[in-house]
Amino acid sequence: MAELIVYGIVLGSIISLGAIGLTLVYGIIRFANFAHGDLMSAGAYIALFITSVALPWTGLPHTTFGPFSFGWEMVIAFPVSMLIVGGVAIGLDQILYQKLRNKNSNAVIMAMSSLGASFIIRMIILILWGSDFFFYRPGVLRPAIEFPLGIKIRPDQILILFIVFLLITGLHLFLKMTKMGKAMRATADNMELAKVSGIDTEKIIIWTWCIGGALAAAGGILYGIDVQLHPAMGWNFLIPLFAATILGTIGNMYGALIGGLIIGISQQVSTAFIMPTYKPAVAFVIMILILLFRPKGLFSGGKE
Amino acid sequence: MTILTAKDIISGYTKVDILYNVNIKVEQGQIVSIIGPNGAGKSTLLKTIFGILKPRHGKVELKGEDITGLKPDKIVQKGISYVPQVDNVFPSLTIRENLEMGAFIRNDDYSGRIEDIYTLFPVLKDKSNQKASQLSGGQRQMVAMGRALMLDPGLLLLDEPSAGLAPRLVSMIFEKIIEINASGVAMIIVEQNAREALKMADHGYVLAMGKNVLDDTGEALLTSEEVGRLYLGG
Repeated sequence: MAELIVYGIVLGSIISLGAIGLTLVYGIIRFANFAHGDLMSAGAYIALFITSVALPWTGLPHTTFGPFSFGWEMVIAFPVSMLIVGGVAIGLDQILYQKLRNKNSNAVIMAMSSLGASFIIRMIILILWGSDFFFYRPGVLRPAIEFPLGIKIRPDQILILFIVFLLITGLHLFLKMTKMGKAMRATADNMELAKVSGIDTEKIIIWTWCIGGALAAAGGILYGIDVQLHPAMGWNFLIPLFAATILGTIGNMYGALIGGLIIGISQQVSTAFIMPTYKPAVAFVIMILILLFRPKGLFSGGKE
Repeated sequence: MTILTAKDIISGYTKVDILYNVNIKVEQGQIVSIIGPNGAGKSTLLKTIFGILKPRHGKVELKGEDITGLKPDKIVQKGISYVPQVDNVFPSLTIRENLEMGAFIRNDDYSGRIEDIYTLFPVLKDKSNQKASQLSGGQRQMVAMGRALMLDPGLLLLDEPSAGLAPRLVSMIFEKIIEINASGVAMIIVEQNAREALKMADHGYVLAMGKNVLDDTGEALLTSEEVGRLYLGG
């Protein structure tokens, strides 16, 4: 059981990365981006491209990286993929969502357009890689370390938790300490007043997409490291992402973090009682329950 | 010297015009009060001057420069600040962060200006790290005005600064407005509280049904029989 909880925290921290991006974007432009899960896939596959195609092409020798199940290439691929997906998210907004926003399109049109964008991303992955599973480094043994209480954790998973912790702490400091971060929170609070104060809200929207996309990419790569890569991985994350976002009160970054952990833990722990195949249903059930009994989420008291 | 003129403004929302050929003028250092019944277009006029609404006709000039149709973020850079009537603070930001947002376009050190605002509204200094959502109505109004003053504007637009405040706070806010004006900031104030607004005004305009009805010095309007009967409740 303790082991399942630890695995749940690992899965939950990955869900959190996606949910935080989703909630930040929603907070600023009140738009539920159904393509967010597929941005996670995009991040994972771009990292795969860098580690398995781009860097080997330079002829540098392939070596392992510490006790982890990936090579040194990942150290480069991880941040580069985050940057690229940040750019992809900005691009999606500029060529698609912004146009619709300026036309005052309604929520259904916006949702459908993001659904369309999600299909496009997934199909591009299918065309390039096919529908097989991939690992960043196939054929590597992934030994686990034994901890007290019979908990077996792979070094990969410890690293995942560490990276998520770093990213979230970094984002927290950015939002609290920097001028741009504060302006992002101000814009999420009240976009009209932000404009009136002279804040360039278009620039804030671009920053928000970039951060949301980069975090999604990080989540996708970490899931790829922990489990495997599959074209539908991000799409399958969509329900957990929305469940975490709604659970943590939509628009609230810290809520999304907690929501993600709750969803991750519930999903993993559920496998002790029900067939693992039903795991995705757990997030769905939680989402329905929240919508029925506490539609504004757990943190609806204040805006933060 | 004339700071701002709005000439023959026709403006409103997408499908309806609210203002029909409205004219107003603000001289250096003046308080200009705009009064009139509900729906007269007072707030619409402020929004049009500040670029939130684009006039269909007419011209807004700031010190002779045509600023008609500029967006709010550009108008702010020209030295006009605006305090909306409602939703005029960032609730999840602290008081200090609210003030910092007012100085967003400043790249210099504005900590001195924050101290100035705290001197003007001492109660804010003690609550500097509290979220604006936890403040009372009067304190929120102070934060809203403080935010707008961060850029040291030459002209301040205030939309119903006394709306929803207890009587004791209303007179306190009006005293602060006079204090801010004394430091050289010209103002346009839109007010329901017409009598108080005219008392402190150098010049007053009466709007009704989106048109100029009367304009004169604040004092003359206060003593005018017609204004008294129609707009000051006897």
